Amino acid sequence: MSYQILVAVDSMFKSISECSELVEFSLNGKLVQVPKGTNVAAAVLLESAVCRTTVVSNTARGPFCMMGVCFDCLVSIDGLANQQGCQTLVEPGMEVIVQRGAVEAERVDDYG
Amino acid sequence: MASNTFDYAVVGGGLVGSCIAYGLSKDSQSVAIVDEGDRAFRASRGNFGLVWVQGKGWDYPAYARWTRQAAGLWPSFALELLESTGVDVDLRQTGGLVMSLDDAELEADHRKMEQLSSHTNGEFQYRMLSNSLLKQKIPEISSQVAGAVFCPHDGHVNPLRLFRALHQGMQQNGAEYLPSRHINSIEYCHGEFQIKGDFDEIRASKIVLCAGLQNSKLGEMVGIEIPVVANRGQLLITEKLKHFLDYPTLHVRQTTEGGLQIGDSAEDVGLDDGTTNNVMAMLAARATKMFPVLESIKVIRAWGALRVMTPDGKPVYQASTSCPGAYGVACHSGVTLAAAHAEKISQWILAGEHGDVISNFSSSRFNV
Repeated sequence: MSYQILVAVDSMFKSISECSELVEFSLNGKLVQVPKGTNVAAAVLLESAVCRTTVVSNTARGPFCMMGVCFDCLVSIDGLANQQGCQTLVEPGMEVIVQRGAVEAERVDDYG
Repeated sequence: MASNTFDYAVVGGGLVGSCIAYGLSKDSQSVAIVDEGDRAFRASRGNFGLVWVQGKGWDYPAYARWTRQAAGLWPSFALELLESTGVDVDLRQTGGLVMSLDDAELEADHRKMEQLSSHTNGEFQYRMLSNSLLKQKIPEISSQVAGAVFCPHDGHVNPLRLFRALHQGMQQNGAEYLPSRHINSIEYCHGEFQIKGDFDEIRASKIVLCAGLQNSKLGEMVGIEIPVVANRGQLLITEKLKHFLDYPTLHVRQTTEGGLQIGDSAEDVGLDDGTTNNVMAMLAARATKMFPVLESIKVIRAWGALRVMTPDGKPVYQASTSCPGAYGVACHSGVTLAAAHAEKISQWILAGEHGDVISNFSSSRFNV
């Protein structure tokens, strides 16, 4: 899939968590284990650093402030786009997907 | 000539004042824009960005013609701003839509459009769209919408880029922007206006009041009646979405960058430019009823802004008789009328032309 272009960069980050309990979740379809208590943005940093491309210019973005103000770590979590990765703890079985460009408003059939 | 003496002082640096200052400065006049500080209400920074013709002046033909003329001046004005400032104001005159949720509402709109069309000898064009015709233009529209009025003259711009282009343009033309000047008094003395406050006095041969909600108070100082009251509109901004809305509507528009602006509320709450949960909920409910695709979309910002409303909602263009050289301009359509203000109204002020347009919008109409 095309998002592999985004995750080709090797991460320079290492976890310093002392928690030995691991949580497994899916990042771009790949199963990944991180220490319990890791937030989604930190988990993305451990893997690749890139979590989306921008809406207007389609350039790569990764987590930056890690405290909820820069909105650069937006990812799709369990099908809901534009979630702040740094404000969400990784949960077992969570599906995180990097975003490319703008979100599409999904058409709802309202004839029924 | 002292550096604080100008041919023209334009009071108010919003869209109305900036357009007129831009027009005056193009004519090589020395122009000062005397603006408030951040305490001002700034309708120009909170508005919806529509260049809107449909519905305006259905009960006042002069306003219908003026609005239509103003929209017609927009394409060359946008091009001029692009060429002189490099700022693309993102004008798109695709035609616009006003949706109705039920047949009675649609029929009422239809009658207004018929009247508007006959007032302007057919110059104002529109089409009534059933739900299925509307769906051809916007597939995402709900089947719950009864229909819509489509008006080919309508469009939208990025109002903040317009604001930037005007400020850059007028300063390129040599106009001097003087912010944070809260005016305490304006005195007319030997054919000159002296503008006073907690700043070095500013003098000008002519003065143009474009200060929005402050115009009533400032107008009294130079013998012009400019009755204005605040009318609050609340706006919601969504996260940016892939483009799906090809036409601006009175209720929802999609910017070029992808975000949606939602807002057609109107409240009489004085000088309170805040937001309220019930109005924001009403806006969101109405928008999702029209566009079910919005149900899962997040709102990321909201704000309130105060429209500048005259008693009949139409513009006021008024020259002072007791203080010759003083002019007052007030309207709530600073975007729609931008090109007309930059060209026609600045010409009126420069040349003292007293055409039909001006006489139709004198504030003396409130005193009959």
